[in-house]
Amino acid sequence: MSYSIDMTDQIAGATDPVLRLAGISKSFPGVKALSDVELALYPGQVTALIGENGAGKSTLVKILTGLYQPDAGRIELDGAAVRFATASDAAAAGVTAIHQETVLFDDLSVAENIFLGHAPRGRFGLIDWARMRREAAAILTRIGAQIDPATPLRELGIASKHLVAIARALSIEARVVVMDEPTAALSATEIEELYELVDRLKREGKAILFISHKFDEIFRIADRYTVFRDGQMVDAGRMADVTETQLVEKMVGRAVDTIFPQRESVPGEVVLTVAGYAHPTEFADIGFTLRRGEILGFYGLVGAGRSEVMQALFGVTRPARGAVRIDGRIAVIRSPAEAIAQGIVYVPEDRGRQGAVTAMPIFQNVTLPSLPRTSRRGFIRMAEEFALARTYTERLDLRAAALDQPVGELSGGNQQKVVIAKWLATRPKVIILDEPTKGIDVGSKAAVHDFMAELAAEGLSVIMVSSEIPEILGMSDRVIVMREGRIAAEFDRARLTPETLVRTAAGYDRKGVAA
Amino acid sequence: MSLLDPPRSRSLPDRLTGPAARLSRSWEVLLLGIAVLIFVANTQASPYFLDPWNLSDATFNFTEKAMIAFAMALLIIAGEIDLSVAGIIALASTAMGWALQFGLGTPGLVMIGLAVGLACGAVNGALVTRLGLPSIVVTIGTMSLFRGISYIVLGDQAFNGYPDSFAWLGRGYVVWVISFELVLFALFALIYGIVLHRTNFGRHVVTIGNNPTAARFAGIRVERVKMVLFLLTGLMSGIAAVCLTARLGSTRPSIASAWELEVVTMVVLGGVSILGGSGSIPGVVLAALVMGMVTFGLGLLNVPGIVMSIFIGALLIGVIAIPRLVARIRGR
Ligand SMILES: Nc1ncnc2c1ncn2[C@@H]1O[C@H](COP(=O)(O)OP(=O)(O)OP(=O)(O)O)[C@@H](O)[C@H]1O
Ligand SMILES: [Mg+2]
Repeated sequence: MSYSIDMTDQIAGATDPVLRLAGISKSFPGVKALSDVELALYPGQVTALIGENGAGKSTLVKILTGLYQPDAGRIELDGAAVRFATASDAAAAGVTAIHQETVLFDDLSVAENIFLGHAPRGRFGLIDWARMRREAAAILTRIGAQIDPATPLRELGIASKHLVAIARALSIEARVVVMDEPTAALSATEIEELYELVDRLKREGKAILFISHKFDEIFRIADRYTVFRDGQMVDAGRMADVTETQLVEKMVGRAVDTIFPQRESVPGEVVLTVAGYAHPTEFADIGFTLRRGEILGFYGLVGAGRSEVMQALFGVTRPARGAVRIDGRIAVIRSPAEAIAQGIVYVPEDRGRQGAVTAMPIFQNVTLPSLPRTSRRGFIRMAEEFALARTYTERLDLRAAALDQPVGELSGGNQQKVVIAKWLATRPKVIILDEPTKGIDVGSKAAVHDFMAELAAEGLSVIMVSSEIPEILGMSDRVIVMREGRIAAEFDRARLTPETLVRTAAGYDRKGVAA
Repeated sequence: MSLLDPPRSRSLPDRLTGPAARLSRSWEVLLLGIAVLIFVANTQASPYFLDPWNLSDATFNFTEKAMIAFAMALLIIAGEIDLSVAGIIALASTAMGWALQFGLGTPGLVMIGLAVGLACGAVNGALVTRLGLPSIVVTIGTMSLFRGISYIVLGDQAFNGYPDSFAWLGRGYVVWVISFELVLFALFALIYGIVLHRTNFGRHVVTIGNNPTAARFAGIRVERVKMVLFLLTGLMSGIAAVCLTARLGSTRPSIASAWELEVVTMVVLGGVSILGGSGSIPGVVLAALVMGMVTFGLGLLNVPGIVMSIFIGALLIGVIAIPRLVARIRGR
């Protein structure tokens, strides 16, 4: 298998690549994450790197930024071989990245997080706090994030944290910018801002590597593509020369049905009623019902309060007012344990903190809330655990070396599958999914959607919080749009278009407020 | 490779490596090696070491501390710590000595020892789980508090005159050279091993130590589990207080001084991560054996106590540091 990237470029008269990787290989115990891959990034161009969950994309990013050392291969910057022994080597050479799993510090301010390790210095080498805050504010404005640099990071939601991570990557003077699923945590407006930012970076002549599972955005912003499959580079070329179907086929190795499952939904009796639900700062006037076998979508911009409502329902935070009824009876839910006991479970959006226990094996993560079922009188039965974990992870097409592998060693999308498997395995009455397919590839997304549809058909009631419009429109029976902590509108699937959804969420069109 | 392979159907294996491979890389096997080395060194160093009664004596070096170490291991795995355990022993022992003045019999004394242990554990647990204070700070405080009470009660006095049936709990033998304390040690090793490695409760403990937020989201009652662990540690300290008081035959306020450090050392040497989230009871058992044998072997050679502390300290740092250094040299 050999692709000559240079040849095609010479024919097209393109400039030389800023960064070139050749023959890069990297193995982990039980997996060959990358074998003999190549990649070229050109100034002023966006190269999309696509591949299934576990194809090796993030591993490549970590090699590019000096976090991992390749087992073999070379990295060339402007034609000269370089070696990035540490992350600061890569930064000094002008390579910066927004990582898939961002590491930020809750106890530091936004500005400190952005400039950690490279803060502007004043006289005597002391940190110039005023300048730092000023520059942080400038970068945040540049990416369209309305965040005060002095806020402690702890106070931000996950999407805002992600914007801080983006700001951090851009605070380094770079020629090569790598973005590993930058839009996974964001909703439409922020994503639009990010696209504009990418366009600006392009105009400034930066070479951009953009990793995403969303084909609409790949076609929107990328100039070139590189496809990885099972750690190998299977194709590379120009976006203008391919279609989405072709790309999907290259990446999965077969044709994939990306159509949403056809559901004959006949929602049954009301299972969950929420009325007059209010929180002192996060939301107010929340009221809705959920029926048996129904999928209820929740759409809104980042900060609209969707996750906060769901976490209150799950007993994580306490609302100040309001009533929740399950099967008509008032339910008092003061902790997740009580919620689970009453048949409500929640798949959190913040996978790293709330969803996965990364140091523990896959099977133990999956069975954690189902232990009463896999054990006998409080004693663990390992064989049952493996069986339960296998059933659910295989259903979601998990890619891992073995079920006893620590979840932290899995690729981002596969970690997400473990978290979903963990909650589906509890067989609840009501499941709340917060951005369920975040970071999941096309093929597996279809598997998750099919599974959801199947469970709904069996009588499970689903609340699906999602910022992905196709997912909301494709899966929901009804959609509630939230804006600034309140319900802005409720729609039937039939009457809904993407435009209405976006306009209602942003509050442009007050007339759209219906129901 | 063709672009149109059929969809892969992969079955995930349960485990990546077999039991033998997992064992060979485990901390416990390393410790076992060290234990054997020290055992051999001891037999070489002193002809008296292999005598069954000598060996049996050696076990008193670790049995009481190890009983506390089992509960402490669970607590540290859950991400908390209890530095007041030696203070609890002092207070429990003082309470027993005080009750002795009123002519209480052995069962009554034992009940008092255990009750004081539980009560102290409840105080620690309540301060940590109800008020959300860091356990290291809380238990440094209660460490001085508990022992302080015992100093106030006793001054430079001592309680003596425990009945023989009480003394048997610290000095008695069940059969031949097998002491009652050794039997208790083995029993607790088994119980704690099963609790940590074979029950849902143990799984919850490990999960809490790794990620308390995710544990809470998974429906684990984090505060309740922690409370139980503080109670257990208090109870085990009470049991150790009974054994130690019975063995010494007297109570002084300085009883078991600095034991908290030896207990924590034993736990960490046993491979329990001081940051929480991982560890095993077999590891702690082996660490207890290693520490007991080192102390005894050096004692047979008439090495002064301070040298023993230096040796144990060096062993701890060495055993912790070497695997990390090896990992660093092997590269990322
Ligand atoms: N530290 C590690 N230890 C062991 N295996 C690892 C480690 N990091 C990655 N892997 C494995 O390497 C493979 C590639 O993972 P990588 O994170 O690069 O995938 P990815 O393409 O980024 O996937 P995703 O779309 O899900 O983010 C996976 O099989 C993963 O399990
Ligand atoms: Mg990735």
